[in-house]
Amino acid sequence: MTAIVTAKGLTKNYGHLRAVDGIDFEISGGEFFGFLGPNGAGKTTVMKIIHCFMPPTSGEVRVFGMDVTKSPSDIKSRIGVMPQDDNLDPDLTVFENLIVYARYFDIPRKVSSAIAWNLLEFVEMKEKADVNIRDLSGGMKRRLLLARALINEPELLILDEPTAGLDPHSRHSVWEKLSSLKSKGTTLILTTHYMEEAEKLCERVAIMDSGRIVTIGSPSRLMGIYGGNLEDVYLKLTGRPLEA
Amino acid sequence: MRLKRAFRVWQRNLAVYTKLYKSSLALNFVEPVLYLAALGLGLGAFVKEINGVPYIKFIAPGIIASSSMFAATYECTYGTYVRMTYQKTFDAILSTPVCIDDLIAGELMWGATKSTLYGTIIIIVVSIFGLIDSPVVILSIPVLFISGFLFSEISMIAAATVPGIDSFNYFYTLLMTPMFLFSGIFFPLDTLPPVISKVAFFTPLYHLVNVTRSFSSGSLPFAVLDIVWIFVVAIILGPYCFRLMRKRVVK
Repeated sequence: MTAIVTAKGLTKNYGHLRAVDGIDFEISGGEFFGFLGPNGAGKTTVMKIIHCFMPPTSGEVRVFGMDVTKSPSDIKSRIGVMPQDDNLDPDLTVFENLIVYARYFDIPRKVSSAIAWNLLEFVEMKEKADVNIRDLSGGMKRRLLLARALINEPELLILDEPTAGLDPHSRHSVWEKLSSLKSKGTTLILTTHYMEEAEKLCERVAIMDSGRIVTIGSPSRLMGIYGGNLEDVYLKLTGRPLEA
Repeated sequence: MRLKRAFRVWQRNLAVYTKLYKSSLALNFVEPVLYLAALGLGLGAFVKEINGVPYIKFIAPGIIASSSMFAATYECTYGTYVRMTYQKTFDAILSTPVCIDDLIAGELMWGATKSTLYGTIIIIVVSIFGLIDSPVVILSIPVLFISGFLFSEISMIAAATVPGIDSFNYFYTLLMTPMFLFSGIFFPLDTLPPVISKVAFFTPLYHLVNVTRSFSSGSLPFAVLDIVWIFVVAIILGPYCFRLMRKRVVK
């Protein structure tokens, strides 16, 4: 399979703080890949570099074979990003949020309107189309963020803590949507600090600690080598529990 | 920077504005009328004339300029800051093909648009009140767009550098209010110590007031140097605005 994302010696500093410390990884087309680790491990920074939000301090990152520092717009037109924070437009309705977002991708109104209805159906929010964002529950906001990330029919979907703060029911609902995207051939990359999420969804995970990748492999292989569940794997590799 | 992508950002701001305009448009329209009534009529009863012009007519062109200025500054200080920080709208936009320079340009375009819109509304209002002598005042509108860019740049430089939203108080108290009071809107500066008019020369509002006042009385040539000043300073400040915003948004 061809590599969709490759990183070589990826390093990112914020001032004197080294957030990501010379990591290498490769993510193949159609793969469901997870970055696993506690807050501050550097997961979100890696995601932000992949979707061209900020440049690496050093090292090289390529997405679809293009350098993130040289072709950000071309890369971003082919990926979808579901952010960790709610950044929906609070003054617009559910439907307007999708339409305004589609315009950034130069999707004409007629087309975007049809796509928006399909996506609202996909996330089971059709009857909420005219509702204001302020009146949505946390779970619905997450689902709408997912729908918005799919507006350009992305080949690569980036999910930063897609189910953080959700109740178990809403979490399962998001997982279901992600699995169905995976079965359609979309490449997915997520960050999480929920073991269950990583075990359930990801074909391969990179376990991160203090800006480095400690190990990469399929959850079952890692659990086979180190014993126990992914939480135990993390504890064995880093010497401390994940939820610290 | 791509103009089309900047336009997408402008469109987004317009979409939100057209939903909320009823409240904000009315407020922006009330304040200038209050100034005209309180100072033009109230103070005008004592001052009578300045340079042979009835007092309310003297200040009317200045109110066009100041309304236009405040429309841009409110938009690109509080408005931009809220989109950047609290609503994280910038993060959402930057996850699309729109890049940071497109985003900054779109915000500036929007600030300039609002500046033009609010100035134009006041032109209509003071014209209805019979406070404008010449139809040449219409020529102020394209100048308002350029000065709108300049005021937006200054405001976004503030938005890019403030540690928090409360710090805009300093921007308004120490910069905008003195500029508003000593721009020649309410009294000619040549009656004051010369140092004041020298300082005023370095503020954009002073030049914009000269422009709107000249055009309102139908005289063109006096305004040319002021327009050149506004244009040149807008071009000079542009790169600083982009650099500081880039630094603030993309770490």
